[in-house]
Amino acid sequence: MKFVAVTSCPTGIAHTYMAAEGLEQAAKAAGHTIEVETQGSAGFDKLSPETIAAADAVIFAVGVPVRERARFAGKPTIDSDVKKAISDGPGLIAQAVAAAEQEAANPTLAGAGSPVPTAGGLSTKVDQQASRGAKIRQWLMTGVSYMIPFVAAGGILIALGFMLAQVAWGETGAVLVTKVPLDHLITDFSILSTKDWAALLFQVGVASFGFLVPILAGFIAFAIADRPGLAPGIVGGALAVVVGAGFLGGIAAGFVGGFIALWISGWKVPKGVRGVMPVVVIPLLSVFVTGITMIVILGPPLKALSDGLASWLNSLSGANLVLLGVILGLMMAFDMGGPVNKVAYTFATTGLVAATVATGGTSLKVMAAVMAAGMTPPLGLALATTIRRRLFSEAERENGQAAWLLGASFITEGAIPFAAADPLRVIPACMLGSGVTGGLVMLFGSTLRAPHGGIWVTPLIGSPLLYILAIVIGTVITAAAVIALKAAGPGPVKTELDAGGLAEVVV
Amino acid sequence: MALITERLVVLNLDSADRHAATRILAEALAGEGRVTDLEGFLADVRKREEQMPTGLPGGIGIPHARSAHVTEPSLVFGRSQEGIDWGAEDGPATLIFLIAAPEGGGDDHLKILAALARRLMRTEFRQSLMNAPDATSVVDVVTREVVNP
Repeated sequence: MKFVAVTSCPTGIAHTYMAAEGLEQAAKAAGHTIEVETQGSAGFDKLSPETIAAADAVIFAVGVPVRERARFAGKPTIDSDVKKAISDGPGLIAQAVAAAEQEAANPTLAGAGSPVPTAGGLSTKVDQQASRGAKIRQWLMTGVSYMIPFVAAGGILIALGFMLAQVAWGETGAVLVTKVPLDHLITDFSILSTKDWAALLFQVGVASFGFLVPILAGFIAFAIADRPGLAPGIVGGALAVVVGAGFLGGIAAGFVGGFIALWISGWKVPKGVRGVMPVVVIPLLSVFVTGITMIVILGPPLKALSDGLASWLNSLSGANLVLLGVILGLMMAFDMGGPVNKVAYTFATTGLVAATVATGGTSLKVMAAVMAAGMTPPLGLALATTIRRRLFSEAERENGQAAWLLGASFITEGAIPFAAADPLRVIPACMLGSGVTGGLVMLFGSTLRAPHGGIWVTPLIGSPLLYILAIVIGTVITAAAVIALKAAGPGPVKTELDAGGLAEVVV
Repeated sequence: MALITERLVVLNLDSADRHAATRILAEALAGEGRVTDLEGFLADVRKREEQMPTGLPGGIGIPHARSAHVTEPSLVFGRSQEGIDWGAEDGPATLIFLIAAPEGGGDDHLKILAALARRLMRTEFRQSLMNAPDATSVVDVVTREVVNP
């Protein structure tokens, strides 16, 4: 018979390999063939899907959870302690033979049918032997590394849309481009119209941004639970967007979805049900439970928080303007598109609408402060990756390049990959820079007559030079704070975007 | 540098328990500068040992750790006449392998430790170590079987 096995142990340097040797010797002695995947510290070479498909049974002799266990779904499986393979390899082989024979006599649903598709080339690079803190960072980095292409593509498209709109419409272009409905592009797109091209770039960019939080959440859950984590993570992330929880809500969704999927995957179920676990039971239950969590449990407090913050901000309207600028700045950088950020931004834009009717110059200043504070996080991180490269992973440095353009275009999301990978150090640093910038803009008295656009709406900014000065100061402060905080702690987590090898963690 | 040297062989390892025996073997590593902080390294080994004792059937004990205090992958070999209880069901361990790996994964150096672990499952390998007359022979056996197979 043909068998496959996975061996692993907590340290990953001894038992993993002894167990593999034990199984190989026992299989050979009994006249069977076996291929063993050693999930240890020296990296692991995955068994090929063909080898797994050809196997009559699977032996898991493990001390830590099997990585990418879904690849073996539907096969008759022997679950064992790693030590058993060392002390009693022949016994495990005998069990595997019995399981394979039983399967042949009485096939279960999945065993008889087509092989369960696997996640193939997707990799998590989570090192099961790493410490808990290191693992959390590896989970986050897995999500971030899959999210970065969406940030880069979406952000740059939106920025290009703004630039082109500037050409097409003149000084209010960055505002007008967002008002072109998608329907217009579908029915009346003209390849000669610069306005249409600008609107097209913008719309595609916005669509790409729509995946930012779902992909982040989905691949955090993927790193935790492997393939079963993807569905609950992505759905949870999409719901985080719906309930306005932003990327922090997405991180929560990733953890919730991942651990629920991991938990359900570990259930001991009767043989008849095992075949439908990966295709029906695990996705159904994990998506549903994650959904309940996001809407019913996370939704209400978020709404209360948003409402509370909004009325608090309104009550501050008469207060010291510089203080208001600082507060708005802190809020903008806190969750970058999450509930707190959204309250600050909405506060500014509703004021802007009112200002067009009334005379209030204050509302225009508020808008200016909010936009400037939303520009410094990506700019600050771009600066930090430029001057202190070794504090960042390769993926982050790449993202840092795009962050210049994103920050300049008031696309705060450019900072999310950094913040999601290392929230406890990046977010405070961003808040510091944004708070200072928000206060300075108020102090300088710059105004802004557009709700977004970054440097592309410079013609609509009152006292633009002082405005840019405020942004530069905030950018430098953010970069300095990020560098100081990162230099004090553990180094970067490498991801699969880095050259080869397992995720290496400097603790 | 070599996985094992003659200074990392203790042929008359006699201790009351596995923790004392581990300390004697670890001191050899510290003496060679392969472990920078003896107590820190011992704590790491002990933590692993407490998860589940590393004694194995056939009189084998393999205390081991990946530790930040280790500078390079190393093996210390100890042989005990009376045997030391290492938590295995079938009796005390007479062949003790203290395996020390640096922290951090995916390193090619760790492959040599994987090869060592596989050899430990071979009866002939254990037998040659059991019969080795002196430290030089032990180093020769390990080098021949594990380092340059």
